Order: sequence, then C-alpha cells, then structure tokens
Amino acid sequence: MNTLNTTVTSEAEMPEENVVPVQEEKPAETVIEEGKTVGRPFADDAKFKLRNVEVFYGQDRAIKNISLDIGRNEVIAFIGPSGCGKSTFLRCLNRMNDSIDICRVKGSLNLDDQDIYDPKRDVVELRARVGMVFQKPNPFPKSIYDNVAYGPRIHGLANRKSDLDDIVENSLRKAGLWDEVKDRLDATATGMSGGQQQRLCIARAIAVSPEVVLMDEPCSALDPIATAKVEELIAELSESYTIVIVTHSMQQAARVSHRTAYFHLGHLVEVNETNKVFTSPEHELTESYITGRFG
Amino acid sequence: MPTKKDDVYGDHISHKFNDELMELKTEFLKMGGMVEAQVENAVQALVDGDGHLAEQIRAKDKQVDKMEMDLDEEATLIIARRQPTARDLRLVISVIKMVADLERVGDEAKKIAKLAIKLSEEGQAPRGYVEVRHIGTHVLGMLHDSLDAFARLDSEQALRIMKEDKRVDEEYQAAARTLLTFMMEDTRNISRCMSVMWVLRALERVGDHACNIAENVIFMVKGEDVRHTPVEEAERVVGR
Repeated sequence: MNTLNTTVTSEAEMPEENVVPVQEEKPAETVIEEGKTVGRPFADDAKFKLRNVEVFYGQDRAIKNISLDIGRNEVIAFIGPSGCGKSTFLRCLNRMNDSIDICRVKGSLNLDDQDIYDPKRDVVELRARVGMVFQKPNPFPKSIYDNVAYGPRIHGLANRKSDLDDIVENSLRKAGLWDEVKDRLDATATGMSGGQQQRLCIARAIAVSPEVVLMDEPCSALDPIATAKVEELIAELSESYTIVIVTHSMQQAARVSHRTAYFHLGHLVEVNETNKVFTSPEHELTESYITGRFG
Repeated sequence: MPTKKDDVYGDHISHKFNDELMELKTEFLKMGGMVEAQVENAVQALVDGDGHLAEQIRAKDKQVDKMEMDLDEEATLIIARRQPTARDLRLVISVIKMVADLERVGDEAKKIAKLAIKLSEEGQAPRGYVEVRHIGTHVLGMLHDSLDAFARLDSEQALRIMKEDKRVDEEYQAAARTLLTFMMEDTRNISRCMSVMWVLRALERVGDHACNIAENVIFMVKGEDVRHTPVEEAERVVGR
C-alpha cells in the first residue's frame, strides 16, 4: 500500500534527512493511506456502489483508489479544496467525463448493481436516471415551458400535450418555481433572475424523473435568498431522490447533507455523518480543512 | 502563558480569526485567575476575620460579572462572523459554558465574603475553620488545575479533577459531621456553625464548578461529552 504525506511526496523519493522534518511538522494523522477512508464510507442500502475507482487525465491520476457507497434517498456532500477531485468523481457517476478524450475511468462503478461503464450501456438513458445541475445556471435560450419540456419530449415521456403540461407543472412545483412563473411560461428563460434560472435547471433535471440528482456547486453563483430556496428544495427532493452535491460552502454541506465526504489530492480521506464531520471529525486533514487551516 | 500547544487555535489562514480565538482563550484565563483570587481571598478573609478584605471581594464581583458578559459577547461575535467548526466550535461552545461556571464560582466567593463579615462581627472563637481551610485549599487546587488543563488542553489532568470531586464530597460530609458535633455540644454554637456550614457548602460548589470546567476541557480536546456519564466512560474517552 502506498503511503503518502500531504505533499504527496513518497518517502522513497526523498533523501532520508529531508523525511524527518516533514514528519515533525505534521502530526501522524495527516498521512493519507491510499485507498483507506476513515469513518463510514459504506451504506446498507446503496444506490451507488463504487469500488477502487481511479480516474486518469492522460498520465495524471486525478482520483486515487476511492471506494464509496451512496445510499438510497441520501444527500451526500463532497467537500475539499480546489483540485481535490470531487467534481471529477461526481462526473463519473453519470459518465460526464466521457466527453473528455484523455480521461480514463478504472474500477467498479455500479448503479443499482449495474455497471455504469458497461460499454453496452445507453448513456442517454443513464443520464436520464442520473440528472445533473451545474455551477452556473445554463437554461436553454428557449421559453420556460420548453426548457422543462425538453427532456420529457426527447425521452418520449408524454404522449399528449396535457401529459406534458402536467410534467412541466409538477417539475416547476417541485422546484419551488411554479408560483413565480405560471403566468409567463412562454417567456424566455434567460430573462429570469439567477436564482430562478438555477431552480429552472433543477426543474429541468427532475422533469425526466431521475433517480439521482448530481449538483456541482449549485449555489455558488446565487445570492443568499436564492441559495436558501435551493437548499430548501434539496431537503424536499431528498424524500424521493438520491442527491450528491459538490459544494465549496462548508455551511451548506453542514445544512443540507446527511453524510459528508472529504476529498484531498485525489484521495477520499473521510466520510462520516455530517453532524460528526462538523463537530468532531476523525481525520486531522478534514479538521484542518473545515476549520480553515489550509487552502 | 501561550505554550506550543496553543498553536492549535492559532494556525488558521485568517490571522484575524486566530487573534479572535486567542483573545477568547486569554480573556477566559484572565477571568479564571480573577475568580481564583476571589475564592482564595474569601477564605483568607474568613479565617483572619478580615472584614475589609471581605468588602473588597464583594465589590470586585461586579468585575467578574462584567467579564462574563464580555466573554459571552465575544463568543457570540465569533459564531456570527466565523461559523466555527470542529475544534474551534468546541472551544467557543465550551468557553460559553465555562464562563457561566466561573461566574458562579465568583458568586460563591461573594457568599463566603458576606459570611466572613457576619462572622467577624460576631467575633467568637473560630469553630470549623480548620475544615474550611482544608476544603478551601483542596477546591482551589482543583479550580487552578482545571484552568491549567484548559490552557494546556490537557484532558488527562481534566480527568484527574473529575475524580477529585468525589473526595471533596467526602470531606464536606466529614466536616458537616464535625460541625454537627459542635452544635450538639452547645446550642449557642448553632447560628455560628450554620454560617460555617454555608461556607463549606459554597466551597463544595466551587469544586463542582471546577469539575464542570474539567468536563468541558475533555469535550474540547476529545470531542465527546462526558457529562452525566460514569467515570469509567470518561476514562475511556481520555484514553483514546
């Protein structure tokens, strides 16, 4: 097993006299043992079973031997400093990394015990089951109605106009947007406020009845009120969906998630109940990060 | 007296945050020192029959109260500004609770000072002062050690204080029995012995507060709440 310290310099590569001061500076707990995650990375009722996952960008190993379960109807937050691999790992869950040529994914990634990376798998169908909301609201330059109706039309989820109307209304209601837009469904989506656009994107994602919603920093471009609305929405959605959220806001992770996963330099360092992570984390690196001790 | 271990609150990216937490710690220890002196002086005033010193203690209690409010405000502002987590959060929460304990200790000192004035005015031969001095020294040591454990984040020392509390209780029971004997010997002793009994009671409470502080230190260091748990449980937590 490959033992790394926080600077990711293996001991073998360093002259012996240099090893000692590095170890003196950091307590023993800051050492990351590859593939070893402290806390509770596994779940009894797993929606995703992810084992020994590695992601390469060309020669660079961006994700290093991560094993994790994501439970059914669980809200799990991925936190960690920039470049720690949390977004890369998130994008493995619905094969968004496929579009990057130099990106390779290794290991076993199962959704409901079926291989996500099975070559025969229909990626479009996978992404309908595992929807995604991005950092910046990205509505199509179409009407509000068409934005939400887009997915159901493509996937043939509605046979009649009235069915489609129902899907659009339900999705907008679930996204907490219906009352604000019901009188102007034909208005163009790009004219909405940032917070409304983001909730529209969430409505669009849930219109195709996904089982999982992946959120990549969904609130980083939103003001506190819009953020509060999205967080409220996450709590409601968690009753029927599994939600994986990447966030830079520690308070947001603390507020919305059941479990929190801490990533560091491509390693999954700790996964624990969110309440535990933010009051007494097990790993020294998690503690350092959430208390603002390094960047 | 910042030691190297203090650095655990002093290595944030935000230097301002470091300063705020250090300030909170320092002010808490300052209040601790003040309260410690209050108890020490109160016992001294009592056994010396020094009414003047006792008056000073009563006046100084206002400063203790003021420090409690200042520290609470500082802790509230840190929560509002920084949303502290993990050990920082545990520090702030513990300080808020321990400040209340210190303020109570200050009140006990004031109570003893009042009784010291009353007893010095009555001016009879001291009864039970040996016990007062003995228990006083004991609980003052505990209070001092609990503040020391806080300053050095020493959970093992905190555990020792928790265990001490039982001995204080025993000493208090023994002293109460002695005073009871004095009262039975001569009923004219009753009023005076009752006053000394109140002093002993106040000192015993000081021991309880020192014990509370020790429990909070264990929470700060280990992240587990050891209040209302058997000593074995606290031993397990500290031994981890």
